[in-house]
Amino acid sequence: MRWGRRPAADADDAVVVPGAGIELRDVEHVYGERVVLDGVSLTLTERRVGVIGANGSGKSTFARLLNGLVVPTSGTVLVDGLDTRSQARAVRRRVGFVFQDPDAQIVHPTVAEDLAFGPHNQGVPDDEVQRRVEEMLDRYGLAGHRDHPAHLLSGGQKQLLAIAGVLAMRPQRIVFDEPTTLLDLANTRRVARVIDELEQDVVVVTHHLNLLAGFDRVLVVEDGRVVADGAPAETVPWYVGRMD
Amino acid sequence: MLSLYVPGDSVVHRARAGLKLAVLAALGIGLFLVESPAAMAGALALVVVVGVTAARLPWRALAVQVRPVWLWLALLFGFHLLATDLRTGSVAVLRLLALLVAAAVVTATTRVTALVAVIEWLAAPLRVFGVRPARIGLVLAMTLRFIPLVAEKAARIREAQAARGADRIRLGMAVPLLIQVLRMATTVGEALDARGADDAPARRPRRTAAAS
Repeated sequence: MRWGRRPAADADDAVVVPGAGIELRDVEHVYGERVVLDGVSLTLTERRVGVIGANGSGKSTFARLLNGLVVPTSGTVLVDGLDTRSQARAVRRRVGFVFQDPDAQIVHPTVAEDLAFGPHNQGVPDDEVQRRVEEMLDRYGLAGHRDHPAHLLSGGQKQLLAIAGVLAMRPQRIVFDEPTTLLDLANTRRVARVIDELEQDVVVVTHHLNLLAGFDRVLVVEDGRVVADGAPAETVPWYVGRMD
Repeated sequence: MLSLYVPGDSVVHRARAGLKLAVLAALGIGLFLVESPAAMAGALALVVVVGVTAARLPWRALAVQVRPVWLWLALLFGFHLLATDLRTGSVAVLRLLALLVAAAVVTATTRVTALVAVIEWLAAPLRVFGVRPARIGLVLAMTLRFIPLVAEKAARIREAQAARGADRIRLGMAVPLLIQVLRMATTVGEALDARGADDAPARRPRRTAAAS
C-alpha cells in the first residue's frame, strides 16, 4: 500500500473503452537488478485466460500488473483504455484481485464486516452494501458464518470469502493469483466451480492445470517472457512436456 | 473483543454503540463515586440482569470474560483483607466485577465495526491536524483481525522448532516470526489497495440500526 503516495491525476471518469480488454505494450518490470518481466506485449480480450509457469517465472508480477498493484518499470498497461500508471484507482474498480493467501486479503474481524469493506470504500450507500453482503453470504454458503470471526473459517471458506469480498465490489474482471495453491482437493474443485460460474472475465494464475480445462487462452511464462500463448489444448501439453 | 460478539436482536443489540459506550463510561465513573458494598452488589446484579434478560445473552458469554480475572480478583480481595478490611475488599471486587460484566455485555452485543465507527467519530476533531479518522478505525479493526493470525504463525514456528529438537521457547523465534509478519504485511498492503482502501470516503456511510 502506498500511503501518502497517490497518483497525481487519477481521473475516474477518464475515457473508458468497454471491451477493449487488457493491453500490455512492451512491458518490462525490474526488481532491483532482476528483470522479472521483459518485453511483454499482448492483448487479453478472452473471457477466461490462464497463466502458467514455474515458480519465480514472473506470473505473479504479471497478474499484479493487470490491476495496477504493480506498475511496469517501462511500457504501458491499459485496461479498457485506462492506464494503470495514471488511473490506478479507476483500473482497480474495474479489475478485482484474489490473492493466493486469503488470510492476507481478509482485513476485518468478522465475515459480514469484511464483505462490506470493499463496497464501503467505493462509497456504495449503506443499504446497498447490506444487500450485497446478504447476496454474497447466501451465494457462497457463508450465511451461517455471518458474524463468525474470519480466522475460525476453514481454508476453503476463507478463499470463498476472499472471492465474495471482491465480487461485492462488482468488478468487470477478476485476476486470481494461485487461488487454489493452499487448498485441498475438495476445496480446489469448489473454487474451480466458482470461477467457472463467474460472469466476469477472469485471468487465473495457477499451478493446477486441471483448472484451465475449458479456458479460452493460456499463456506460459518463463524467465519473464511469454513463451507460449494459445488454446489450452496446445499450450498446456507443451508446458508439461517442457517440465519433463 | 476478537470473537465475543453474540448475534441477536434484543433491545441492547439494537441500541447505538455510542450510547452503550457512553453508559459504560458513566457507570465506570459512577461506581468510583460510591463506596457502599450494597450499591456495588446492586450494580453487579443490575448489569447481570441487563445482560441475561434484556440482551438475552447466554451466561457463558459473560462468564468467558470474567473467568480469566477470577484469580486476580481473589488476590485483590485477599490483599484488602490483610491491608484494609472486609468492607473495602468487597467494594473493590464487586466494583471491578460490575464493570467487567458491563463491558462484556457491550462487547457481546456490539459489532466491532460499530465500536470502530464510534472511535472514528470521537477522532473526527483530529481532522484539523490532518488525521484521517477512517484510517484509525481501519487500523483498529485490522489489529483485531490479525492478532489471532500472528498468534497462529508464532505457534507454527514454535512447532517447527520443536520438531527440530528445540524444546524450549527461544528468543530466536522472533526473527522468523518478524520476517513472516513483514511478508504478510506487504501482501495485506496490496490487498488494501486492491480493495479500494485508498478510495475510502472521508466519512463512512451511516450504519443501519441492525448493523450496530
